[in-house]
Amino acid sequence: MQIARDILLNSYRSMRTIREFEERLHTEFATGEIPGFVHLYCGEEASAVGVCAHLGDSDTIASTHRGHGHCIAKGVEVEGMMAEIYGRSTGVCRGKGGSMHIADLARGMLGANGIVGGGPPLICGAALSHKLLKTDGVAVAFYGDGASNEGTTLESLNLASVWKLPAVFVCEDNGYGEATGASYACAGTQKDRAAGFGMPYFECDGSDFFSVYDTAGEAITHARSGKGPVMLHVHLSRWYGHFEGDAMSYRASDEVAQQRMKHDCLSAFRARTTGAGLLDGATLDTIDSDTRSRIDDAVQAAKAAPLPQQEDLTRDVYVSY
Amino acid sequence: MSKKSFRQAINEALRQEMRRDPRVILMGEDVAGGQGGSSGVTDAWGGVLGVTKGLYTEFGPERVLDTPITEASYIGAAAGAAATGLRPVAELMFVDFVGCCLDQIMNQAAKFRYMFGGKARTPLVIRAMYGAGFNAAAQHSQALYPIFTHIPGLKVVVPSSPYEAKGLLIEAIRDDDPVIFLENKVMYDDEEEVPDEAYTIPFGEANLTREGDDVTLVAFGRMVGFANEAADRLAKDGISCTVIDPRTTSPLDSATILDCVADTGRLVIVDEASPRCNMATDVAALVAEEAFDALKAPIRRVTPPHTPVPFATVLEKLYLPDVGRIEAAVRSVMGYKARQEA
Ligand SMILES: Cc1ncc(C[n+]2csc(CCOP(=O)(O)OP(=O)(O)O)c2C)c(N)n1
Ligand SMILES: [Mg+2]
Repeated sequence: MQIARDILLNSYRSMRTIREFEERLHTEFATGEIPGFVHLYCGEEASAVGVCAHLGDSDTIASTHRGHGHCIAKGVEVEGMMAEIYGRSTGVCRGKGGSMHIADLARGMLGANGIVGGGPPLICGAALSHKLLKTDGVAVAFYGDGASNEGTTLESLNLASVWKLPAVFVCEDNGYGEATGASYACAGTQKDRAAGFGMPYFECDGSDFFSVYDTAGEAITHARSGKGPVMLHVHLSRWYGHFEGDAMSYRASDEVAQQRMKHDCLSAFRARTTGAGLLDGATLDTIDSDTRSRIDDAVQAAKAAPLPQQEDLTRDVYVSY
Repeated sequence: MSKKSFRQAINEALRQEMRRDPRVILMGEDVAGGQGGSSGVTDAWGGVLGVTKGLYTEFGPERVLDTPITEASYIGAAAGAAATGLRPVAELMFVDFVGCCLDQIMNQAAKFRYMFGGKARTPLVIRAMYGAGFNAAAQHSQALYPIFTHIPGLKVVVPSSPYEAKGLLIEAIRDDDPVIFLENKVMYDDEEEVPDEAYTIPFGEANLTREGDDVTLVAFGRMVGFANEAADRLAKDGISCTVIDPRTTSPLDSATILDCVADTGRLVIVDEASPRCNMATDVAALVAEEAFDALKAPIRRVTPPHTPVPFATVLEKLYLPDVGRIEAAVRSVMGYKARQEA
C-alpha cells in the first residue's frame, strides 16, 4: 500500500513520542517520584499507531492498563497525560485517575482500564452508538492475550457478531499476562476464536509498522463498511516488566535484549523509509530531538504543576456525604 | 514465636494448612507465576505482592494452580471444588475484581448450604487485597467488605494485624462455609510477634485492643491500628477509650459491642468502606436499636466520603480516615451536651 508522506511522518512521530514517553517514565519511576502502578508500552508502539492511523476523533477506542501508547496514538496530549501520571490538577483527569485511567472522550478515547477485559463490552456499546447514530464511526477494543481469556471479552466477540457491530477487536499478544505465558494461559488459537464467533481474522507483525498499518486498514474498512466485527491479532513483545518494579525472572535473561535488537519498530521504520527514499534521515532526526524536548518539557511541567485541592475530592460525584 | 510480617503470617497459615490437609489447594492469577515463561523459572512471583511465594515449590502444580485471567471461571471452579470434596483457597488478587465473578460467590457458593436444605458444605476461602493508600486509584483500592457482609451465607474476615491474620486464616480454611478473607494491601510489611505453630481465632468473637471508660471505638481491619493510636493520644488528655476489633463482619460480635457501649455510653465507629450501607451504619443501627438508653451522645461515624478512591496522593490522604479525624470524633462525643427539655 502506498502511504502518504504526512501519514508516514505523523506515524513516526507518534511511535517516537510513545517510546520517549515510556523510556522517560521508566527512569522517572525509579526515582520514586511517580505514585501507583505504571505499565509501559515500550516495544509495542507500532500496534497502537498502525491501528489509530486509520481512526479519527469520531472513532472510539478502549484501552487497557498498558494504555499510554493507545492514548498518544489516538491524539491525547502528552502534557496532560504526564501531569495525570504525576497526580497533578493539570492532568487529563485532574489527577484523580492516574496512569491506569487516562481518558479523553473528546478524542474518542474511552479510557485506559484497570480491569482486565473491561474494554471489549464497552466497545460493543460504542459500536452500537456508531451504528444507531449513523456516525460512520468504528469502535476499537485493544486487549491483551491475557484479557483474551476473560468472559467479558469472549461474550463481546459474540455480541458484536450477533448485533453485526462496527467493532474491531485488537488482540495485542505480547506473550505474557503478568508473569504467566500465553502458551500456558490461552487454549486453542485466537484465529479459531474469531472463526468460532463468525468474524474475519487478520494478523500482523506488531514490530513492523507497515504490517500493522496495512492489515489494520483492511480490518477497519471491513468493520466500517457495515459487514460486522473483525479480529486483528497483533504479535508483539513487551520490553519492560509487567509493571515497573517487576524483576521478570520468568523471562529468559536475553529475551528482551534480543527483541530490542531484532524487533524494534522504530529502527525498522527508519531503515525501510530512508532505504526506499520515502523519507530522509535528517527529517527523522529532527522528529527525534523535537520529541525528546517535548517529553522533557512535559515532565518538568508536570513536576511543577499544582496539586489537586481539598474540594476536588468530592467534585464530579453525584452526591457527597 | 518470632516477629513476622502480615505477609509471612498469611504465607505460614497457608503452608501449615496445606501440610496438614491434602485437600487444601490454592488457585489464582500468578499465585506461583512463571508458567509458560521463557526462563523456565517457576514460582516466579508467588502472588503479585509475594504472599504465596514458595508454596508452589513445596506443594507443586497439582495443589498450587495458576489460572488464566478468568475470575468467573476459577472462582466458580473453587466453589464447585469446595462442594465436592476439596478445600480451595482462591486468590482474587484485588477485591475490586469481584465485579468479574460476583455471581459465583453471591448466587452460587453463598447459597448452597441453605438452598440445598443443609445438604451442601462449601469449605471455600477467597483471599483478596483491599484498601486505599497505595495510589492504586479507583479500581484497585476499594474496601468492599460490606458488600460481602450483606450476602447471607458468607463469612467475612478483616484481620487487623499479623497475629490476627494467621489465626483467622487457619480458622477460615477449617471452616465449612465460604469465607471471604480480606487483606489490607498497605499492611503486608507490618510486623509483630506471631506463634510458629498453627492456631485458630474463632469467628464472631471481637478482640478488645484497649479498655476504657469514656468512649467505645469500633474499628475494622487497618482502622484498628488507627483507633489504637487515637486512643493512646487521647489517654494523655485523660479520655479513656475501649477499642473493639470485631475481626469478622459476618458473623458480627454484637454482644461485645453492646456490652462496651453499655459501659461507656459513647460510640465512634471507624470504617474504611464507603459510608452508605457500610459496617459503620450497621453497627450504628445495632446500637441505636439495642442500647439507646445507654447512649450519652449521638453515635459518630468516621469514614471516607461517598466518592470513588482518588489517585493523587494528596486526595487519597484526604479520603482515608486518619488518627486525627478519629481523635476529633471522640472529642466531639465527649463534648456533647444534651439539649435541655423545654
Ligand atoms: C479483572 C482483572 N483481573 C486481574 C487483573 C490484574 N492484572 C492486571 S494486568 C494483568 C495481565 C494482563 O495481561 P494481558 O491482557 O496480556 O495484557 P499485558 O499486560 O500483557 O499488556 C493482570 C492479570 C486486573 N487488573 N483485572
Ligand atoms: Mg499480554
